[in-house]
Amino acid sequence: MGKQPAAVIGVGQTHHRAKRDDVSMAGLCREAIDRALEDAGMTLDEIDAIVVGKAPDLFEGVMMPELFLAEALGAAGKPLLRVHTAGSVGGSTAIVAASLVQSGVHRKVLTVAYEKQSESNAMWALSVPVPFNMPVHAGAGGYFAPHVRSYIRRSGAPTHVGAIVAAKDRNNALKNPYAHLHNEGTTVESVLASTMLWDPIRYDETCPSSDGACALVIASEDVAASSPNPAWIHGTVMRSEATTAAERDQVNPQASRDAAAALYRQAGITSPIDDIDVAEIYVPFSWFEPMWLESLGFAAQNEGWKLTESGATAMDGAMPINCSGGVLSSNPIGASGMLRFGEAALQVRGQAGEHQVDGARRALGHAYGGGSQFFAMWIVGSEKPGN
Amino acid sequence: MSRTLSAPVTVAFDYTRSTGPVLGRFLTGLRDGVLIGGRTSEGRVVVPPSEYDPVTHEPTTDFVEVSPVGTVTSWTWVPEPVKGQPLDRPFAFALVLLDGADAPLLHALDAGSPDAVSTGMRVQVRWAPERVGHITDIACFEPLTDETSVSPSGGGIIEDHPVTGVITPVSLDYIYAASPEESAFYRGLEQGRIVGQRCPTCGKVYVPPRSACPSDGTPTTEEIELSQTGTVTTFCIVNVPFLGQKITPPYVSAYVLLDGADIAFLHLILDCPADEVRMGMRVKAVWKPREEWGTTIENISHFAPTDEPDADYDTYKQHL
Repeated sequence: MGKQPAAVIGVGQTHHRAKRDDVSMAGLCREAIDRALEDAGMTLDEIDAIVVGKAPDLFEGVMMPELFLAEALGAAGKPLLRVHTAGSVGGSTAIVAASLVQSGVHRKVLTVAYEKQSESNAMWALSVPVPFNMPVHAGAGGYFAPHVRSYIRRSGAPTHVGAIVAAKDRNNALKNPYAHLHNEGTTVESVLASTMLWDPIRYDETCPSSDGACALVIASEDVAASSPNPAWIHGTVMRSEATTAAERDQVNPQASRDAAAALYRQAGITSPIDDIDVAEIYVPFSWFEPMWLESLGFAAQNEGWKLTESGATAMDGAMPINCSGGVLSSNPIGASGMLRFGEAALQVRGQAGEHQVDGARRALGHAYGGGSQFFAMWIVGSEKPGN
Repeated sequence: MSRTLSAPVTVAFDYTRSTGPVLGRFLTGLRDGVLIGGRTSEGRVVVPPSEYDPVTHEPTTDFVEVSPVGTVTSWTWVPEPVKGQPLDRPFAFALVLLDGADAPLLHALDAGSPDAVSTGMRVQVRWAPERVGHITDIACFEPLTDETSVSPSGGGIIEDHPVTGVITPVSLDYIYAASPEESAFYRGLEQGRIVGQRCPTCGKVYVPPRSACPSDGTPTTEEIELSQTGTVTTFCIVNVPFLGQKITPPYVSAYVLLDGADIAFLHLILDCPADEVRMGMRVKAVWKPREEWGTTIENISHFAPTDEPDADYDTYKQHL
């Protein structure tokens, strides 16, 4: 027996901010959950199982937070799972939740992912010195900047392409009331004028540090039948690989390419740029847009930057990317992947508000994590798979 | 000599917790010397209040003051308190059902000896000398000597200044253990050598050596002494200061591919301006004075340009 059809029938998210000091971790999660349940027309009592995700425990200093959150999440008396795959966790958490429905085990699964970055400092948490080693590590930006430099060298991209991405996503975020950054008047020039932090990555080319959560209600075919606009899940995939291995491609990792190929096979996609209407991909540093465009097959090797430079990835372009403003505009790390997945669902449900792409019928949600070693992706569509 | 090297690591941070309105109400009460519980939809009074009702899942909004006196419902004796526990002398962890509450609160009980503790005994709050809006505002519980001498609670809640956050210092002490292969690498460094290992299956040379090849899982055993020169494959100029940073920015964090190795490792580039560092630049290890050496890669102070011509891109492009 193959997978049972499953659909996203509820999407909820918080207003993402640098500091949500008005709520606890539980309150942050419930804000997203309550919105997702309202969207699904459902109560917590109707939920069969709950899957929670967040990034490293060191970010809030709470080991296994799912234990203390269980009651607030409505999990008492129900199965509760926690997923962790670093930055991709929001995506993999949604996929685990979807699999509980696709396997026929549950009919109504709630999934929530969050990060409350204001409780500590991610830069510190990602740079704890290890004895005997050189203390040159400098957070996620310090990790990814050399690989961005490699991409620029390999592809021959002009150095302002990253700024195009940042300006586009920041302007998209102005149309998203939930986005953390609402920086009016961001231009390619203003991005290029911002401080160089982790050369070649500038301040305006980096994601913010956010508090936020995202929740989804994923339902079986019979439950989704009563939803006016389910986002049907056409394919899900997760892949991982070693962080360091000799001659590992760190710009375009094998696991990413393999994941995309497997995803498109499931969803019957032969030409991503033609078959996918809109994509939410995980771009914490601007240059990852062209990098992932290549890895995900939207552009040929070394030509992702041309797609970006042409304006095709703008909201009114041929291949709109990150209409929500993306990770560059809101980064509650654990939730960031689920936000990509949820925004993809909103697009095919016609519920993305001001950042809706007209007539979007098939969308990609994408997340990556660790040292570009974990990948999670899904394709959602307005039509039931197979139709 | 131990086969592996180890060293202490302390991971410490003062976490800043936002409490939300429900736990904030409880902590505001503690600051002001009163114990606040929440009434659930079923009428039970729980201290501290649950953020959300266990039955309706709605936020708790019905708050009630309970007594600082209660009854022990269960306990365990802690004969040797450790750092960070509520008391520095033997004490009990006790579940205390406060008068007016329907669910017990877990806290420390200062009773001197286990013989003085029993289920059913009456206890009262001993307040901390200074209250700030933290669970430690209750210093501990203590045996109640006279039921009639219970002092009523403090002056009630000052609504204007609710507690909205707490600072929670966390400090974890680890012993970091290097693998046997890494230990051999660090011991090599103590002798001024850079030692890698070759995978017997794929032939790739790893530095530092891994316990097993990341590509095929084969244990690596054959030691290879590597050159002290190499090529910068790619790099980042770190301009960002951050908490706990050991090197003052700006500095160049570079992947250095040593001649004879099949994987680059991160190190520092100095002795030339940061903006002159290039992909393909040839560099050499610059060691600290021998008397400063230990079993660490920090024996190599940094890598410096050799002034050879840059390596051809084709020689290192597969390492990006």
